[in-house]
Amino acid sequence: MRYHPLTATDRAEMLARIGVPAIDALFADVPADKLLTDLIDLPRMRGELEVERLMGRMAAKNVPASSVPFFVGAGAYKHHVPATVDHLIQRSEFLTSYTPYQPEITQGTLQYLFEFQTQVAELTGMEVANASMYDGSTATGEAVLMAHRLTRRNKAVVSGGLHPQYRAVVETLSDMAEDRVQALPPDPLGTEDILAAIDRDTSCVVVQSPSFYGHLIDLAPIAEKAHACGALLIAVFTEVVSLGLIEPPGRQGADIVVGEGQSIGNALGFGGPYVGLMATRQKFLRQMPGRLCGETVDAENRRGFVLTLSTREQHIRRDKATSNICTNSGLCCLAFTIHMTLLGSAGLERLARLNHEAAIKLADALGRVPGVQVLNDGFFNEFTLRVPGDAAAVIERLAERGILGGLAVSRLEPGRGLDDLIVVAATEVNTDEDRAAYAEALAAVI
Amino acid sequence: MLNDQGRPTRPEGAAPAEGTPAATPWTFTGNRALRVEEPLIFEIGRAETTGVDLPAPDGLAPRLGRLARKAAPDLPGLTEPEAMRHYVRLSRSNYSIDTGLYPLGSCTMKHNPRLNEKMARLPGFSDVHPLQPVSTVPGALDVIADLGGWLCRLTGMDAVAMSPKAGAHGELCGMMAIKAAIRARGETRNVVLVPESAHGTNPATAALIGMTVRDVPARADGTVDVEAVKALLGPDVAAIMLTNPNTCGIFEPEVAAIAEAVHAAGAYFYADGANFNAIVGKVRPGDLGVDAMHINLHKTFSTPHGGGGPGAGPVVLSSRLAPFAPLPFIRLDAGRPVLVETEAGTAPGETPFGRMTAFHGQMGMFTRALAYMLSHGTDGLRQASEDAVLAANYVRAGLADLMTLPFPDHPSMHEVLFDDGFLKETGITTLDFAKAMIDEGYHPMTMYFPLVVHGAMLIEPTESESKASLDLFVATLRDLVLSAKRGETERFTQAPRFAPRRRLDETRAARSPKLRWEKPKPWTAAEAAE
Ligand SMILES: Cc1ncc(COP(=O)(O)O)c(C=O)c1O
Repeated sequence: MRYHPLTATDRAEMLARIGVPAIDALFADVPADKLLTDLIDLPRMRGELEVERLMGRMAAKNVPASSVPFFVGAGAYKHHVPATVDHLIQRSEFLTSYTPYQPEITQGTLQYLFEFQTQVAELTGMEVANASMYDGSTATGEAVLMAHRLTRRNKAVVSGGLHPQYRAVVETLSDMAEDRVQALPPDPLGTEDILAAIDRDTSCVVVQSPSFYGHLIDLAPIAEKAHACGALLIAVFTEVVSLGLIEPPGRQGADIVVGEGQSIGNALGFGGPYVGLMATRQKFLRQMPGRLCGETVDAENRRGFVLTLSTREQHIRRDKATSNICTNSGLCCLAFTIHMTLLGSAGLERLARLNHEAAIKLADALGRVPGVQVLNDGFFNEFTLRVPGDAAAVIERLAERGILGGLAVSRLEPGRGLDDLIVVAATEVNTDEDRAAYAEALAAVI
Repeated sequence: MLNDQGRPTRPEGAAPAEGTPAATPWTFTGNRALRVEEPLIFEIGRAETTGVDLPAPDGLAPRLGRLARKAAPDLPGLTEPEAMRHYVRLSRSNYSIDTGLYPLGSCTMKHNPRLNEKMARLPGFSDVHPLQPVSTVPGALDVIADLGGWLCRLTGMDAVAMSPKAGAHGELCGMMAIKAAIRARGETRNVVLVPESAHGTNPATAALIGMTVRDVPARADGTVDVEAVKALLGPDVAAIMLTNPNTCGIFEPEVAAIAEAVHAAGAYFYADGANFNAIVGKVRPGDLGVDAMHINLHKTFSTPHGGGGPGAGPVVLSSRLAPFAPLPFIRLDAGRPVLVETEAGTAPGETPFGRMTAFHGQMGMFTRALAYMLSHGTDGLRQASEDAVLAANYVRAGLADLMTLPFPDHPSMHEVLFDDGFLKETGITTLDFAKAMIDEGYHPMTMYFPLVVHGAMLIEPTESESKASLDLFVATLRDLVLSAKRGETERFTQAPRFAPRRRLDETRAARSPKLRWEKPKPWTAAEAAE
């Protein structure tokens, strides 16, 4: 087999050197009646060509975002990623390296993590960022646990503008940890009064901006009320490009900022792997989960980087650790930081503006379709449509016409009276033709 | 002050400082031929520079309300050639499997086939959105269903939860399923038995769901004693978390009896499947009484570790836990995969405990792992396990007379554990020994884990090494051991001498954490005059 360097002769020589007659002698501790004698009933070895054919056939059954007018967002966004990014992350030395436990021979990974942390802190307006979580949803769950440790309270107040699947992750973690969650009802209009829900029992308030429905939420008054009650504000975003144009949560008083970094550098990939971003204030550092990369010097006083403050982590603290996270999103951080470095402030701002303008044009085009209403006044690159009838059926009929027109809210929030809503995202990849095609098709299917 | 800003180490024309050893001739740049010092992007980038050419916006009036950014973030940009050079240079100070043997025990650094990368990048997989209409992604569901099918077959288990993002997340998923099952029985059980040799994620996971960890002591031979487990079992015990093969590289001989005792006490058997790569095709966890086990696709099924992630940690479940599998999951309806994303989509008997993550899991890892499985086939996968076990035992046979084996009574599985007994009286530690391996061109083995032996060195060569590669590795370690015993202490305590960095000051890093780049403060007049 092409991946196995040992030959039959090698194997025989090695068994002889070990001093056993056959390989199964090394499996002597496996209960004899459990050791398999036959091959498990699955297909046999295949060459590259055959595997390419099989997988190619499966891939061909899917409709790639680039092949159609594409407007689905809701936590994952179709952006153009420069060719350089995917080339660089496939460098052997990045792709096939482990967690940088031996810093003398992994400075490459450590330096980009340090650069990544700096970029994330700067973007979010926070003091420190970690070296990534799995994704935005799990980062949100971890942020809630972190807030509970910091406040020694256990009730999270969750905005109705939080992505429903992020809310579900928080609810599951809290249910299992026997913490409390007060989740406000879905807030498609962006008008909820979350201040009224914050009290002296509240550990943290979890607010997404731009919200799942696309509304921009002014976090400052929420932070003020939270702080007055001794609670923390957790600000969430799913579209990191928005930070190129809107005031960062750190400057609106957020205590912990978490979000999804997929938009920068990472493919849609049917939902993963993505990269969870997490940033906080210096004073909360010791309760932060995840790896941290820090600057130091080597024995010759040269600057170098190491993983640090690991007394927070599972391999040192075991059941007293801040989290159980071990493997994180290293290579997705690399994709993120390369793309962000290519953009720079100037490129990010322009990208954000293009996204915002794409959404403005789309909202205007769709809003003109008779019977269709755009629910948002303000938005970044995503907004909510109210359509006559069943939104899920509309999305399906659009797909039949080759347009992926967004997400029917009822897919994630069934049975909550939100059956006529579609969350629509626009990005720099959309053309005037795409928008015109969408408006025309929408008019035809409703 | 030495070069820490990527600038020349001394002023133009200045001679090297007195006392610079002749053996390390200085260079003007501080570079060493192919080894080039690379500054941080913040030191070379410029805020107005961008490496991405985007069209000019139309200048439409923004609809951001009062929340428009007041000041642009301070993020330097690099053009494409500058960025290329920056990251390629960084890459060159990294060790990787593609450049050398990477014997990190428990981490399974095996070859990462590039076919898998190619498959993962097919637009039908990489360019599909998790929430685009399900009717437009039947092939994506096929991948998840097929991979799940392989995992169930290989483990002999009934169901699989595909969404966990890595091993630790899989542990959490499995333990949540156990907690849900216990609740469904109307019980509360809050104790989890965890052997001392367990990975740190096991106790950390138990604690996350409010359970208390009770340590199971290791036997002198490195295995878990069924009697010790029985003594700890009781009506408060929810589960045992057992790694098998364990972290000492030994297959737990009493695993079936342990499972039986655990079940008899009304508890569940969670298996940490990080070491599944030793036994694929040889024995099925389902035949050993396992109720839940995560599989690190980034170990056993070779998805690349990428400098720390991403991974994927699907969890196989027994029929007792299958009903509690979290959302989302795929149900086969007359062979056709149906995606269930919400409670509303569940059928009778499906009682998911909740949701682990947004979307459907690490699809990019699924495609890679499936390509790996299709390539290997059932015969190749078994061969991979056998070769991994063979390689570890071969290394063991080559070193057993010089290094100390804490548990000589059992054959090793895919990894062999040594302790630091052979370094006694040498003044050399496991850390020193590991750093000396770096100078010889090897990534060190896992050090100081598991915690059950002193100065642990856990070596996992994997099936990806040729015999010649293993022979050189063994010869190198033998030379190092003999050197240590001869008292050539500096070869160890001064190591690494040839790596891009000497030993790094970790105490300093932790004492005053510097976790992001800060603009250097402008020089004061007094400093400038010095
Ligand atoms: C024995 C063992 N258990 C669990 C884990 C955790 O897996 P992951 O890093 O994928 O979260 C690891 C790997 O680091 C391990 O070696």
